[in-house]
Amino acid sequence: MFDEMRGADGTRPPYREIERWLDALGPEALALKRDEAETLFRRIGITFAVYGEGGDPERLIPFDLIPRVFSATEWRTLSRGIVQRAKALNAFLHDVYHRGEILKAGIVPEDLVYRNSAFLPEMMGVDPPGRVYSHIVGIDIVRTGPHDFMVLEDNCRTPSGVSYMLENREIMMRMFPDLFARERVEPVDGYASMLRATLEEVAPRACRQDPVCVVLTPGPLNSAYYEHSFLADQMGVELVEARDLFVDRGLVWMKTTEGPKRVDVIYRRIDDDFIDPLVFRPESVLGVAGLMNAYRAGGVTIVGAPGAGVADDKAVYCYVPDMIRFYLGETPILKNVPTWKCGDPGDRAHVLDNLGEVVVKEVHGSGGYGMLIGPRSTEAEREIFRRKIEADPGAFIAQPTLALSTVPTMTADGAAAPRHVDFRPFALVGREIRLTPGGLTRVALREGSLVVNSSQGGGVKDTWVLADR
Amino acid sequence: MLLAVRHRTTYRYDPAVAGVAMRLKLFPSRFDGQKPRRWRVSLNGAAVKPDFTNGWGDEVATLFLRGGVPEAEVIAEGEVETHDLAGVLRGFREALKPGVCLRETPRTRADAAIAELAREADASGGSVLSRAHALQDLVSSRIAYVPGATDHGTTAAQALAAGKGVCQDHAHVIIAGARSLGWPARYVAGYYLAHIEGGDVATHAWAEVWVPDLGWVGFDASNDICPTADYIRVCSGLDAADAAPLRGHAEGVAAETLDVEVGVAPVAQTQQ
Repeated sequence: MFDEMRGADGTRPPYREIERWLDALGPEALALKRDEAETLFRRIGITFAVYGEGGDPERLIPFDLIPRVFSATEWRTLSRGIVQRAKALNAFLHDVYHRGEILKAGIVPEDLVYRNSAFLPEMMGVDPPGRVYSHIVGIDIVRTGPHDFMVLEDNCRTPSGVSYMLENREIMMRMFPDLFARERVEPVDGYASMLRATLEEVAPRACRQDPVCVVLTPGPLNSAYYEHSFLADQMGVELVEARDLFVDRGLVWMKTTEGPKRVDVIYRRIDDDFIDPLVFRPESVLGVAGLMNAYRAGGVTIVGAPGAGVADDKAVYCYVPDMIRFYLGETPILKNVPTWKCGDPGDRAHVLDNLGEVVVKEVHGSGGYGMLIGPRSTEAEREIFRRKIEADPGAFIAQPTLALSTVPTMTADGAAAPRHVDFRPFALVGREIRLTPGGLTRVALREGSLVVNSSQGGGVKDTWVLADR
Repeated sequence: MLLAVRHRTTYRYDPAVAGVAMRLKLFPSRFDGQKPRRWRVSLNGAAVKPDFTNGWGDEVATLFLRGGVPEAEVIAEGEVETHDLAGVLRGFREALKPGVCLRETPRTRADAAIAELAREADASGGSVLSRAHALQDLVSSRIAYVPGATDHGTTAAQALAAGKGVCQDHAHVIIAGARSLGWPARYVAGYYLAHIEGGDVATHAWAEVWVPDLGWVGFDASNDICPTADYIRVCSGLDAADAAPLRGHAEGVAAETLDVEVGVAPVAQTQQ
């Protein structure tokens, strides 16, 4: 088991300042600081609804005070790997919605793409500005050793969580200014302006003036509404709902008190199915009728492109290293987790024989729901999954249970103890690819737990990338 | 053959709605077996031009009516020259790959009965083309043509279980059965020249199955034949809802009534 602070030969260099800080404060002071942090978060109002668990839908996502730290060298490797992956995923999306070369070459099975409900025939032949489909790529990365980073999954639609990255840093800086004075931590607060620059860069051909960008939200009842309003606010753009927009003469307009105002770029935080009732779900009230037509005609850019989800499917995931070789002619910098596809008879037999050791995931599932963690499962749970897999093998994949790295995390009494973490950086893809030095670290707060999802008892941490000395 | 078509669809809203958005796929396909000679689509009298050709090769128009809309009347009319190609869609341009048409939709899910029907067709042997014909024959014999027996939401499985339905149901069952055998299949909406007095309505639908070396071939279980010069192909999709030539979205709450009138007639051509 790899602990990111306590290495084989003592404290690892990136954590030396953290260690000094923890020792100087002591458990009691830390526990007090934690209460203070929680009060601050409540005041800001940052919450995350949890589906399917009952309880308080406005539950605060637990924030752990002890930062997770990457050295400048570690970050250089990570960032190269993230950028490489974001490029390949976008090249794949352009390809499958045009000639489908990677399918013809037999590298990715046609079925995985064309029979995937995230593949939208409506996007065939559409050319989004800059050939960008996934403008915000959230790549979930786990670590298993000093030099071993692996990608757990890609999020090509509209990954959430970036508001936590920004708020966690803000709270930390407010509470521990002296800590930031002693350690050179790369800033993350450029994210909003980078996101805005990215949106402006993908403005449609029809846009002749400074692009007008908006954030389109399903509304206050959505679990990520806080993030939608936060990002709109940080970028200095309007937060709109579908009823604020309409399509006319092939362009999209926003209703304002001074009359209709043209909209060039829509950063939508609503799902594909709902964006246009004329094309997708007819009963949708979250979408804008005619939006797809305006998009096709080049009157507006939808960020991310409809149909981008076909690249982040857990079965397609297996082929991302092949995409990197095929489109970029490069060696993948970040490894994939070895994955067994239950649709394949040989793989399936292996998975069914080893249900107690592997992690089983639904191909289309997300958020840690519908998952089996073999070593922590009961006989009854394994039996349920055995039947599910046998009934619909193509809907499941399995991976070895990874020994995720641990980082010091505060326990109830204020002491620091190792807890498992993962990491989600956010790559922004416009004319160039931008990456904020940092991301969202999720931590499994229960001792020994490997599930970091906020819906399953996970918390978040500030993530530091140290500046070069 | 030269066929004259007039297709009027009127949506009435009571009370008038604030706005109506419409997506029309009402432009007959161009391929070796079919050429629109003169074709005009209008919405409340104003001419409508297609904005783009979608991945399925169909021309699409999107339109808006605003400010107290009591009625939206869409008229598609013109003349289409047709030739009998035994149902083969030759010379048609589209971006979509046949593999997409293996995808199941809620209306075209093959239950055990449909899968069994498909296996029966498959067991008849011969080429995919002849087995697809067998599937069409089977569907035709198992589902009687009974107007009003089903509605637009009826699934393929329900239609087969009921043993009656209309062209939409015939097409859905062929599609579900073909896909269960791994043959790409899709839904085609169009017009049809009925020969029997007072017979079939003139809007029609059938299935297309992807046949190796031939490409897309039409199969119409309602008439138990492949499309002839009596058929006008308009657009296609994964199922009836996906292929719908007209789709409207009204802003506001109102009672909506729909009135459709279609006529297809041969145009007398003078011998040169």
